[in-house]
Amino acid sequence: MQSYLDFEKQIADLEGKVRELRSVGDSADGDAEKVNIDEDVARIQAKADQALSDLYEKLNPWQKSQVARHPDRPHFKDFVAGLIDDFQPLAGDRAFADDHAIQTGIGRFQGRSVAIIGHEKGNDTQSRLHHNFGMARPEGYRKAVRIMEMAERFNLPVITLVDTAGAYPGIGAEERGQAEAIARSTEACLNLGVPLISIIIGEGGSGGAIAIAAASRVFMLEHSIYSVISPEGAASILWRDPTRAQEAATSMRITAQDLQQLGIIDGIIAEPVGGAHRNHQAVFDATRDVLAKALDDLAKKSSDELRHERREKFLAIGRNL
Amino acid sequence: MNWLTDYVKPKLDFFGKKELPENLWVKDPDSGEMVFHKDLEANQYVVPSSGYHMAIRAKERLKHFFDDGEYEVFAQPQVASDPLKFRDERRYTDKLKENRSKTGVEDTIHAGLGKVNGQFVTACVQDFKFMGGSLGMAAGEAIIASMEEAVRRKTPYVMFAASGGARMQEGILSLMQLPRTTVAVQILREAGLPYIVVLTNPTTGGVSASYAMLGDVHIAEPGALIGFAGPRVIEQTIREKLPEGFQRAEYLKEHGMVDMVVPRTQLKETISNLLTLLMHLPKADSAQEPEPTVEQIVDDVIEAGSQDGQNDADGVQADGEDKITKVTTVSASGGGFAVASSADPAAN
Repeated sequence: MQSYLDFEKQIADLEGKVRELRSVGDSADGDAEKVNIDEDVARIQAKADQALSDLYEKLNPWQKSQVARHPDRPHFKDFVAGLIDDFQPLAGDRAFADDHAIQTGIGRFQGRSVAIIGHEKGNDTQSRLHHNFGMARPEGYRKAVRIMEMAERFNLPVITLVDTAGAYPGIGAEERGQAEAIARSTEACLNLGVPLISIIIGEGGSGGAIAIAAASRVFMLEHSIYSVISPEGAASILWRDPTRAQEAATSMRITAQDLQQLGIIDGIIAEPVGGAHRNHQAVFDATRDVLAKALDDLAKKSSDELRHERREKFLAIGRNL
Repeated sequence: MNWLTDYVKPKLDFFGKKELPENLWVKDPDSGEMVFHKDLEANQYVVPSSGYHMAIRAKERLKHFFDDGEYEVFAQPQVASDPLKFRDERRYTDKLKENRSKTGVEDTIHAGLGKVNGQFVTACVQDFKFMGGSLGMAAGEAIIASMEEAVRRKTPYVMFAASGGARMQEGILSLMQLPRTTVAVQILREAGLPYIVVLTNPTTGGVSASYAMLGDVHIAEPGALIGFAGPRVIEQTIREKLPEGFQRAEYLKEHGMVDMVVPRTQLKETISNLLTLLMHLPKADSAQEPEPTVEQIVDDVIEAGSQDGQNDADGVQADGEDKITKVTTVSASGGGFAVASSADPAAN
């Protein structure tokens, strides 16, 4: 069952009508009646498709935020299932705990060994709680550092999938040094002597995102967002009014298209019409192509080159605006 | 052209100008006690009776930190202003203008190079008065430039952090200052130069999640609020009252995030001691005695070097590179002393 966002009401109505007619058609008696219904279905379906395509062509930043957080959007585990063979999850920071908000492991991408690190939000109440809604604690970032260091020892490229509203703001997280954990993880990214490719698959929320996204190449899915603070957070700080999130989303320039224009990211991965949640496979195919090309480009570079280029890339950000 | 682009910063600040009017009494926000502002100023804005640490302006801090209050001020690097065309109740550019005229500074970072008990040090202070010390492109660029300058001049680097976090009006470009400043810290570290962070009230958000938590040594001022998420956000998330002293300097020390909690009035001596130890220099003379001559310094270092030689013999430290660093340090200080008469260490 497709779940619709608020602004998709017209499409929900049209597609609802299509479903209704189809079920009427299935129980229709005469062939003539069936043909009539089929014609209606085709006509309304075409209308729905057109409306969807028109709508998604010009999503505003706030609508994109909602698409980026769509419950059916592919998450870390879906990408891993779709892109990685022989995936072996690895767990724990070797100091305190295993953080379920950040998943790590090694596996094969098109035959080559890679390390994968990413946020997992979960997709139902139980798994969302288990993964703390993708909001990592210090253990998560320390686990990420551990996996990056191991990847370097074994010369495995690292792929990170970013999907978090932000690092978790809780007592325990602060007690165990959330800030320091994020800083060290960002630093580990910048120090890495193997290729590091990051993809913002949903939400790239602030320090919790950059901690695993200071990468050689950074890509965003077409309708993902990446920002210094969530639109709600910005609205509540700037205006003490979280309901003005829509305004904040627009002002902050958080869409993939904006970020490409600002020179923050290296590319955009196209999503199918109507968003990634409507066709996971199409997203995986597009992602696979982009990843393969980036890995090929970076494979020829030495550790020193990779480190140097990554640092220069970040130092250059904002200098030509 | 406007006054900003026309304005050229003087190489040296003399702090002749008083910012507060005379005869002003200041209220200790903690105890409510009234303190005479001159007493407060003389005590680096630490209330003498209660020890409460009030906010101190960046220039005031460096005046107390560097010998004789003299130092070379680094210019603020130029950055794109308002690249997002940020719309708020007011334009971000207007907010910047207003903050500049209110605070008398261009942005939150005030950095410079001077002597600390005779040793050259690059220091950087975040002025909380300027938009809450928020980290934007100007601050990021100033931090990077000053760290690079420390590498060029071969001086250790001291960061006095104070910030609410990222500057929201610069959106993602503000977030990008986290990896950017981290690169600068790495450059500093690879040059073998000590990086001391002083965490002052408050240091939170993106600042604590980048350069402020990557020091070789972390010092916190008493009572300073230090953390990633602000207390209000945490309270809203977990919907309960936070424990007493949560995210304060002393709490951070208990939880292993800072090495020490040091009152502002003792910072200079503590940092000086750390830096001389880390850089294999003889103990600095903190008393304001006549400055040692270049010959004396060189003698001291040669002596220190020969002590190292003993270490080499013991197999404790057999590192030729280490000596090179030391010698270049001497030449940097030597150069500084040599031009001291022109009151411009920049001539180095």
